[in-house]
Amino acid sequence: MQITSPAFKANARGALADPHLQEALGHVRSGFIDKRQKAVDALPEFDALRDSARAIKDHTLAHLDLYLEAYEEKVKAAGGRVHWAETAADARSLILDICRAAGARTVTKGKSMITEEIGLNEFLEKEGIRPVETDLGEYIIQLRGEHPSHIIAPAVHLTKNQVEADFRRAHHHLPPTRDLSEPASLLSEAREVLRAEYFAADVGITGANFLVAETGSSVIVTNEGNGDLTQILPRVHIVVASIEKIVPTLADTSQILRVLARSATGQDMSVYTTVSTGPRRAEDPDGPEEYHVVLLDNGRSSMLGTEFQDMLRCIRCGACMNHCPVYHAVGGHAYGWVYPGPMGAVLTPSLIGVDKSGHLPNASTFCGRCEAVCPMHIPLPKMMRHWREREFARGLNPAAQRYGLKAWAFFARRPRLYHLAASFAIPALSAFGGAQRRFRYLPFAGGWTKHRDLPAPESRTFLQQWRDREAGKQEART
Amino acid sequence: MRQETLKRPRVGLFVTCLVDLFRPTVGFASVKLLEEAGCEVEVPMAQTCCGQPAYNSGDREDAIAIARNTIETFEEFDYIVAPSGSCAGMLKKHYPTLFKGDPWEERAAAFSAKVHELMSFLVDVMGMEAVSAAHEGSVTYHDSCSGLRELNIREQPRRLLGSVSGLKLKELKDADVCCGFGGTFCVKYPDISNKIVEEKAVNIKASGAETLLAGDLGCLMNMAGKLQRQGADIKVRHVAEVLAGMDDGPAIGGGGR
Ligand code: SF4
Repeated sequence: MQITSPAFKANARGALADPHLQEALGHVRSGFIDKRQKAVDALPEFDALRDSARAIKDHTLAHLDLYLEAYEEKVKAAGGRVHWAETAADARSLILDICRAAGARTVTKGKSMITEEIGLNEFLEKEGIRPVETDLGEYIIQLRGEHPSHIIAPAVHLTKNQVEADFRRAHHHLPPTRDLSEPASLLSEAREVLRAEYFAADVGITGANFLVAETGSSVIVTNEGNGDLTQILPRVHIVVASIEKIVPTLADTSQILRVLARSATGQDMSVYTTVSTGPRRAEDPDGPEEYHVVLLDNGRSSMLGTEFQDMLRCIRCGACMNHCPVYHAVGGHAYGWVYPGPMGAVLTPSLIGVDKSGHLPNASTFCGRCEAVCPMHIPLPKMMRHWREREFARGLNPAAQRYGLKAWAFFARRPRLYHLAASFAIPALSAFGGAQRRFRYLPFAGGWTKHRDLPAPESRTFLQQWRDREAGKQEART
Repeated sequence: MRQETLKRPRVGLFVTCLVDLFRPTVGFASVKLLEEAGCEVEVPMAQTCCGQPAYNSGDREDAIAIARNTIETFEEFDYIVAPSGSCAGMLKKHYPTLFKGDPWEERAAAFSAKVHELMSFLVDVMGMEAVSAAHEGSVTYHDSCSGLRELNIREQPRRLLGSVSGLKLKELKDADVCCGFGGTFCVKYPDISNKIVEEKAVNIKASGAETLLAGDLGCLMNMAGKLQRQGADIKVRHVAEVLAGMDDGPAIGGGGR
């Protein structure tokens, strides 16, 4: 996938000017937030569950090598195979090899952000293999040739009317009278088309919400059941997952599941939670003949032991973006790569480099709502600040910004000089504000006055006035 | 009664750079409220800014230098109080992290333990339950992010506002959602900031209140500037101005039309 993160500002301007997008984003602002709040209010132990979810992941990350090895052993014991992929390219070629060996022409796919991260669809298409997305949201954006704009609601940037138009365009067989105005009717329409694909597919590819070391299982949660069909019907099932998806036990999994759906969609549980362990056994009624896990690192192990390690606790619930004012304003595509919103602002620089994605950790008001709702207590603003520090240390931010900051800091570090300067500048600025007491335009403050007036200083500075007042008192006493 | 309990606590007012430069009335209102609560207030001249512009831009070196100056200037006081959730949050929550593993670590921690935002200091520390001010008219209140989420300031200003005679509080829809100010964010990403403050302005106008209040001058200037650009007839003030009965002068940015 092409990276447009360096053009974040232009992307954002485009997003702000797009009426369809703005209409669609209105639903993010209301829907997700209220539902999550209700689910959280209904569960008194929610905060305690968050604490234990964090503890589980922290423990796992501290012993990641151990749990990964244990997991691999269990997968093997169940008859599956684990393939280690250090980079996205490694993962792609491993997956291609498996598909080729299976003689695959069509692969069905469950919803997976990792396959977005490694750009799998474009790659398979180039290699002559047809990927078919089976999650409704993913299906829609595949029809449109787009990428997800949200990690759990990939088509959240679209309005109902846009989706209906896409369906009518792509599904030629539809009678024009067929009702497609509701998500449910779209879903059943997509299901009809997908049914044939499930049976035609030679390989099914899914992601994983959890990999369980204790049993060698992969766990997916979905609301449509499409993931199940994707992994059960084809002859070969490939799980593509990153290394931090590992948890020690099934009990840990269910503990974290209790905060996952509530944080994501406000459901107590997602509709389907599916645990798969190895290929089909003799006594199983169904299941794949081959079970592969492609375990992706792609820069994650280098986050261990750094100030970014906590990010590896992320369970991809999407709550941080659902509550982010910047995401609400510009949507997910503006971020310019796979992961949007606050979690993307922290993770993207780790994966593609802060030189390409420096805007992301900067484009935050630090309002702290993401951290407040994150079920894994990930200190997202703090880590965005760490990225800003690295950027600053490497001199990556714009020169004008750096010099401005340094000039300001020069004064802020020298109180006498600072107050001397302020005692001249502020009364002048105040007078300049005139009877209106505000500026519609001010040189050097264009960023501010482009969209809003700037209140003028009241009069002299507080400290000037205070000093005079205290001196007056002193005089009165003597 | 023992001697200590009679002693008035000595409070160092960290006035904040924005109040110092743009809105001295908030400084005087803070002093008045603190004195009403029984404190002895001093204003050290060696203060400048809490350092957030540097800290949040990744410039740790300047942030640390500024923090050292603030700590040196204020550590002698019983309490350090700031009329801003964001600056108080910086002093209280972030200074200690700046000095982690540094010889100043303990010193910073001791300093930070004494820091409070004005509203929470008056209510939570000094036990203030009512003020003597009057304000005829309706107000709405925006919860600024740092105060709300870093320092749990929500009920305190509302409780004090409830004691202002004549004042009618009309709650603001999505009062806990960011106004889009975000310090340097609003000039680095003006278009996004504008979109966020536009949403805020819709809710402010829908509240039907005559006056908008909040506890952070940065947010207030942002919202006032937007409302005024839109020609809205709503006055904007720092909550301390109303609580101290110092709300007869012009509002922020002239306010109203
Ligand atoms: S950072 Fe937290 S809130 Fe955001 S997706 Fe990850 S777990 Fe969810």
